[in-house]
Amino acid sequence: MKLLNLVKQAILTPVGIQDGDIEKIMSRLLSSPVDAADIYFQSSHTESWVIEGGIIKEGSYNIEQGAGVRAVSGEKTGFAYSDRIELPVLLEAANNVKSIVRQGQEAQVGLKQAVNWPQYYPIANPLKSLSDQQKIELLRRVDTETRKLDSRIEEVIVSLVSAHESILVANQDGSLAADIRPLVRMNVTVIVEEKGHREQGSMGGGGRSDYSYFIDQDRALEYGKEAVRQALVNLEAEDAPAGNMTVVLGPGWPGILLHEAIGHGLEGDFNRKGTSAFSGRVGERVASDLCTVVDDGTLQGRRGSLSIDDEGTPTEKTVLIENGILKGYMQDKLNARLMGVKSTGNGRRESYASLPMPRMTNTYMLAGQHHPEDIIRSVKKGLYAKNFAGGQVDITSGKFVFSASEAYLIENGKITRAIKGATLIGNGPDVLTKVSMVGNDLELDSGVGTCGKDGQSVPVGVGQPTLKIDGLTVGGTSV
Amino acid sequence: MQNQEEINRLKNIVQDLLDEAKSQGASAAEAGLSQENGLSVSARLGDVETIEHHCGQGLGITVYFGQHKGSSSTSDLSPASIKEAVSAACSIARYTNADEYSGLPEQERLATEFPDLDLNHSWDLSVEAAIKLAIECENAARSYHAEISNSEGASVNTHQGIHVMGNSLGFLQGYQSTRHSLSCSVLAQRGDSMQRDYWYSVSRNAQNLESAVSIGNKAAERALRRLAGRSLSTRQCPVLYSAEIASGLLSSFIGAISGGNLYRKSSFLLDAIDSQVFPEFVHIHEQPHLIGALGSAAYDGEGVATHERDIVSAGVLRSYVLSTYSARKLGLHSTGNAGGVRNLTIDSGTLDFQGMLKQLGTGLLVTELMGQGVNMVTGDYSRGAAGFWVENGEILYPVEEITIAGNLKDMLKNIVAVGNDVEYRGNVRTGSILVERMSIAGE
Repeated sequence: MKLLNLVKQAILTPVGIQDGDIEKIMSRLLSSPVDAADIYFQSSHTESWVIEGGIIKEGSYNIEQGAGVRAVSGEKTGFAYSDRIELPVLLEAANNVKSIVRQGQEAQVGLKQAVNWPQYYPIANPLKSLSDQQKIELLRRVDTETRKLDSRIEEVIVSLVSAHESILVANQDGSLAADIRPLVRMNVTVIVEEKGHREQGSMGGGGRSDYSYFIDQDRALEYGKEAVRQALVNLEAEDAPAGNMTVVLGPGWPGILLHEAIGHGLEGDFNRKGTSAFSGRVGERVASDLCTVVDDGTLQGRRGSLSIDDEGTPTEKTVLIENGILKGYMQDKLNARLMGVKSTGNGRRESYASLPMPRMTNTYMLAGQHHPEDIIRSVKKGLYAKNFAGGQVDITSGKFVFSASEAYLIENGKITRAIKGATLIGNGPDVLTKVSMVGNDLELDSGVGTCGKDGQSVPVGVGQPTLKIDGLTVGGTSV
Repeated sequence: MQNQEEINRLKNIVQDLLDEAKSQGASAAEAGLSQENGLSVSARLGDVETIEHHCGQGLGITVYFGQHKGSSSTSDLSPASIKEAVSAACSIARYTNADEYSGLPEQERLATEFPDLDLNHSWDLSVEAAIKLAIECENAARSYHAEISNSEGASVNTHQGIHVMGNSLGFLQGYQSTRHSLSCSVLAQRGDSMQRDYWYSVSRNAQNLESAVSIGNKAAERALRRLAGRSLSTRQCPVLYSAEIASGLLSSFIGAISGGNLYRKSSFLLDAIDSQVFPEFVHIHEQPHLIGALGSAAYDGEGVATHERDIVSAGVLRSYVLSTYSARKLGLHSTGNAGGVRNLTIDSGTLDFQGMLKQLGTGLLVTELMGQGVNMVTGDYSRGAAGFWVENGEILYPVEEITIAGNLKDMLKNIVAVGNDVEYRGNVRTGSILVERMSIAGE
């Protein structure tokens, strides 16, 4: 298989590790009666460029390389990693790790022929998809064109980041799974000033692609336009109201609501342990019957997509909530085994230096029947939240928050004034039961999401159609 | 005991790297190398859950070709990767523009004294002993009360690291430091109400860690007291930030007086130097040389000497928080804060926590904040919160699913009191902080 060979050449060949060495490490791991074991090899190269104050100010290049060795027995996990991919180091790591179980015996593992699985992104090296000169020119063009848009613009900061990552997972059954994961991201931040009052706006995007993504459809310039528009809206914005009210969420990135309020609570580890507000609720109603929510790692080229997860399991489109009924959780291998189900391909890790756990990929709600205009028109007094900065959840109490970066008042069925500084807070298990209208305008976000859990960050995607929620607490200053 | 031999080995790598940069044409260079080893053990429901052996390293280099700058880093220290990293940084510097403010610190600002700050106390902890300690901690929490229904476990972490940095001005230093912690997180349940909370202890010296039983008990107590929380009606009232979250208020303040936000003019405290930012009784200083403290260091991320200094005296802002670059952008000198502040301390008042509750009278005690809702440009502040409703100095009931909002400029000015219940676990040392009035949004 071509991909597997490419990955071996990228990670193993330079350090002189052969199939036989992987067999030796795995045999060492399995010489104790473990339920599962894996070796994760990773090599990633990342670059970033920043233009600020009209000059190319920063550039950096990062090499990250290493291997993690894991053995699992029951609910117990032993783990060790090293930046040095060397046989003696990894054999020592295997010794440390298998001490999670005591008694030992000899084991022999032979590697198997690799199987094929679908690829959801190109085997591209985004770092090489433009010359350094062309990357600089792209940044300059975005900077120049954005500055032309309005006389109130004080500063424009544009960043361009890309990663080329190769991973190889060896599992205890002798199977090898490999993936090459390109990822690009651009962001434009604009600061505007009028009569001494400053505000900022920010827009970006990207995906598992190369730099041509930003040139196609003039996306890079669109980010600049959108950042300026948001900053100017914020100049006009008034203090947010405070209290409980009807909230309409716009399509796309506001899907972060699903990620925070629902998604984390449906990750397998919390549910296996019974610490989530959704634990033991499969088959129960957790949303209005208008809501169907999926986690889908198989979308072509999306930021949250993965052909295989970090345990070598092909990703899938997992239905989490169907017509309001909770269908299942997102699983990695360990939690799936302990709960007696199959992994859903959601086992992800930040790098070789951290343990995998159930994580989201692209989480979104399917489109409904309503025209977005009808949804706005149905609200007498409420809030229209078009864009968000970020959110957080307490999966046990179910309480979540997220902060609006662009929001408006709805008065008598019309969007009226812009407001700023609104934080929304709600309760995960019942927020979707209050969804009374779902738009026909499903949108996925532009490719900017990064999710943090237990100190590990991974790229994710979210999406949703326009949604109407009958009653959410809006935390502003004007009481 | 410092492992001088290993420090010297890493110093040699850094020196080689600086030499390599020079031989590739760089006019100046700066490099840092960190190596860390550690053990993390967690136990859940009375048995070991994970054993993690940590062994990581990282190297970063910044090169200057005149005023053109390039950076790179690598976790792989093989000669090939090191060479690739240096070449990449040099190649990047060919494409970045000349920035008149960029460059190494002025020679005379580099640290020349390196006092022993007592940061290194290795903990001879076997995996078995770590498991035992974690189980003891979790058991204390689980047996604390019948309503403790579940657990996320207890964990023991011990880390030892060596950090070396050098630059082409001849600065080359390294030191070893340790960090140990013990934490516990449990769930409490009563009827439909399920709540989780945690407690932890962290220190450079394992002997100073709080006992496993005490940590377990506090985690349990904190989860229990949150049960059956309710929302509040929308209102304005005084807000008391408990000591463990009050540091966040001061961190937002530090963000606003940090060079990066100032030269970008994205701070709500632009040109606030020498003006009244806090009430008169507030004094805030940085104490980077505190013996054995978590934030202590003799020099900052660029090798610039750190100094004890006042940031706020009698409520007046006396100093910004600057690196070499941001200082030059502002026409000032570095304050030794590349990488942030170290052991920021706000002077305590006379009241203990009970006294602070009395002073609060009727209002909200906040013990948890959620979300990012802080706008550095405008000072607008709106965050999810949980805590307790207090009347006449007595805690009445737990509160959740509310937000608290205000503008940081006003909030800092309207601090009424700082308690003497100081939180020492972080880089910011503060007691509980009472803010005169904020907006609460709820049901």
